[in-house]
Amino acid sequence: MRAGLLLRGLLGGPATVAAPAPATDALAELARTVDAAARRRLGRSLSIREVDAGSCNGCELEIHALNNPVYDVERFGLRFVASPRHADVLLVTGPVTRNMAFALRRAWDCTPEPRWVVAVGDCGAGCGAFVGAPGIVAGTGAVSEVLPVALHIKGCPPTPMQLLAGLLALMEG
Amino acid sequence: MTLLAPFAPLPAHHPWPRHVVDEATWQAVGARLGDGAADLLGLWGEPDAVHLALHRGMEQGVAVVSLPCPDGRFPSVGELHAPAIRLERAVRDLWGLEPVGASDLRPWLAAVDQPYDFLPAEGPGLHEIPVGPIHAGIIEPGHFRFTANGETVVRLEQRLGWVHKGIERRLAGTGLLEAARIVARVSGDSTVAYGVAFARAAEAALAVQAPPRAQALRGVMAELERAANHLGDIGAICNDAAFTLIHAHAALLREGVLRTAGELFGHRLMMDRVVPGGVAIDLDEAGGRRLRALAAEIRPRLAELAAVYDRTPSLRDRTVTTGVVGAALVRQWAAGGFVGRASGRDFDTRRDLPYPPYDRLRLAVPTRTTGDVDARLWVRVDEVQHSLGLIEQLVADLPGGPLTVSLPPPAGAAEGLALVEGFRGDVLVWLRLAPDGKVARCHPRDPSWFQWPLLEAAIEGNIVADFPLCNKSFNCSYAGHDL
Ligand code: SF4
Repeated sequence: MRAGLLLRGLLGGPATVAAPAPATDALAELARTVDAAARRRLGRSLSIREVDAGSCNGCELEIHALNNPVYDVERFGLRFVASPRHADVLLVTGPVTRNMAFALRRAWDCTPEPRWVVAVGDCGAGCGAFVGAPGIVAGTGAVSEVLPVALHIKGCPPTPMQLLAGLLALMEG
Repeated sequence: MTLLAPFAPLPAHHPWPRHVVDEATWQAVGARLGDGAADLLGLWGEPDAVHLALHRGMEQGVAVVSLPCPDGRFPSVGELHAPAIRLERAVRDLWGLEPVGASDLRPWLAAVDQPYDFLPAEGPGLHEIPVGPIHAGIIEPGHFRFTANGETVVRLEQRLGWVHKGIERRLAGTGLLEAARIVARVSGDSTVAYGVAFARAAEAALAVQAPPRAQALRGVMAELERAANHLGDIGAICNDAAFTLIHAHAALLREGVLRTAGELFGHRLMMDRVVPGGVAIDLDEAGGRRLRALAAEIRPRLAELAAVYDRTPSLRDRTVTTGVVGAALVRQWAAGGFVGRASGRDFDTRRDLPYPPYDRLRLAVPTRTTGDVDARLWVRVDEVQHSLGLIEQLVADLPGGPLTVSLPPPAGAAEGLALVEGFRGDVLVWLRLAPDGKVARCHPRDPSWFQWPLLEAAIEGNIVADFPLCNKSFNCSYAGHDL
């Protein structure tokens, strides 16, 4: 049985997909939001701390998928870390709830500079299904209501390929 | 239940009866629940009334019992039946109704970022470990307060509500299609189950039936969702026991399901593919063949992973006898899904409150009795295999005909209740439509409401280091619970 698993690993082709090109709209947004000096410090490798600030958990499922053998983000130098203190990037899903706004700010305060926020999903961008709900920040739940956002990766949820294309744009600066 | 006989069911409520009762009867129903003569399915409020849904002990199976609250108060059911306590605290936070006689009046979904009186645990050598709301991983936020003696957990108390968005108030006044999109996002991992539950509640309220082809396609998508979630969690549980081989392989299987769903249904999680009145997308012959091939590929590979799990003592050493939930507790909480079934509660809405397409399918409900992490994992392995079989049955015999039925405007008052088996257990949606066809009131109740409290019980006497394992074996929804 176990031999079966190992043999498949040896004889089967690689499970990993080819890298997508960095998203062009993401590159354009980064050119606006991150100045040239800071952009030079991006790239090569980034430690990412994911923060769910109010999501339906759909975005988390696809962010999770980035770590599976098919997308395998570590091959690009992207690493998910357990603490904001180890992070360069906060990858934040929304809509930011009133209840989570404080914790989100604290996570940001714990993140050493240089640091960037990537807002994930239509909800993180403030244009998701929950707009108008009374428990979300500013009625939109946009992450940018709470923190400065360098990059938005929209979608409901964004697919792993869309997430990857956005994050690779961040690496290119 | 002769108790409800004096209160004629409201003609507007379908398919199960709703009785508007007096205070004494409300309390008598609470006592029945407390005696274990009926299962609590939900308890929710609106500005001037409180409702509960229950199962068993009723002639009709399921019933909704309502109590008008003209002075903003209702007798506490939680005092008689503990599973109602958190629900009543939520009703108090959201609608300002006072549960009279309740001994726990701490806020639950409100003021979550404010100081909170955790229940005291006292004794020599005890220390507290606060965890969250932000956890060390890609997971939803919640706060866990452990009291430990050395490594052993003496008590866990949860503080949830961090992702409370105000979904119920958001839903009031929205059109059916917009409301369907919102309810489909109550808990993203269960989007198909919520989609089906909302659609069924709307169809019940409007006295229409989705066409047979739509019912079958709903079944296909619901079983794909169940399989994908279980596969992901089976791997994640093994990962928390430091066994990454199964994790990687299970993640590949899960990814295979999501990719197939994405290609066939245009969305990896199949969001918004179920709509009130039917489904928004068809499946052609080639798609059916793809699904049969997917089932044929996953079945032996999952069996192989399960065999590796079964033969790896260091792995099972972590899961066997870890995080035990007793049969009495799952019965009292009427815990649905694999949490209930792993502790011997043989209940599945697909079989026991059947709805199409399951009413015409062969359906097995796997159960175990040990109630530990191991039992929950095995129930989930078995459920994936059964889901694959259901998908094969469905695509082998897809009915023809239209994908949707048109929805008539409501003929006066219109209310519907639906119970649908998501991967975690029974998802409940209660819906009242306004005369203009918009949502007047909607309450979605996640299975996690009756599972989270059992996680507190499961961890008692276990070591702190086994909490991630226990937690993952439950995988309760924060979003679904916090609303
Ligand atoms: S963007 Fe979509 S998937 Fe992401 S949290 Fe919002 S509703 Fe859920």
